[in-house]
Amino acid sequence: MKPTRVVEPWAAPPLERFVAESAARLVLLMSPSGQVFAQHGFTRAVDVMSAAALGAGIVASTGEMARMVEEPSFAALNHQGAHHGIFLGSFTLPRGPMLALVVYGPDSSVGLVQLFFEELVRDLVQSAPAPAPARPALAADFENDLNESLATLFRT
Amino acid sequence: MSSAAYRRVIEAITRVRGVRGAMLVAAADGLIVADALMEGIRGNAVAALAASLVKRVGNASEASGVGRPHFVQLRGTEGMLLTLPTGEELLLVAVADPDVNVGLVRLEMLRAAEGLA
Repeated sequence: MKPTRVVEPWAAPPLERFVAESAARLVLLMSPSGQVFAQHGFTRAVDVMSAAALGAGIVASTGEMARMVEEPSFAALNHQGAHHGIFLGSFTLPRGPMLALVVYGPDSSVGLVQLFFEELVRDLVQSAPAPAPARPALAADFENDLNESLATLFRT
Repeated sequence: MSSAAYRRVIEAITRVRGVRGAMLVAAADGLIVADALMEGIRGNAVAALAASLVKRVGNASEASGVGRPHFVQLRGTEGMLLTLPTGEELLLVAVADPDVNVGLVRLEMLRAAEGLA
């Protein structure tokens, strides 16, 4: 089985449960800016970074479209391919809005992913710690944070 | 066929005594196409899990050489889940009490499937 890796340990049990129940192949949990805090199934850092950037970009684009049609936001987006489906869902943790990108195969379905995504969000909200006080956002901090996150996600 | 017409077809199943609800589900997606359910039944969950169950049962029955399932009946301690694949794309699902007349429900499901064809 491909590994589940988390930057923050509290995210591991809900994500592992979600993967087991939904039969998802790849999962990324991240901020709307694409900063990943947990992943399942990816084996290369470059894939995580690409998928996170693309997922965050799609949600940003659809969010802008939602704004144009005067919708508050789209809660979820699903793309059904011939062999795989991609589900992008938004949710909110105490620290702010988050995104989940889920890739599933023929052994799952969008119905299953949606069903267990609701449970994943409930579990994450219950497990998440209170938000830490805001720190000044410096470019050096961002680079260090990114490197630490990638090192944790891939044990480099 | 309109969603109102789909709903009319499945409502015939719910008229059988002991049936708590019936649904038409997209087999590949596990999403509800039309439903007529009593309060308290989590339609989305039943649809997703029933579609997954039929897919897996189908894999098992094909692997064992008995072909695709025509009808799947799951008896639980508190009730019954009955599913009938209709063509490649749709699945009729009924949730019923444990003492329901299964033959009658199955007959209504078969009639509903004919109505969908």
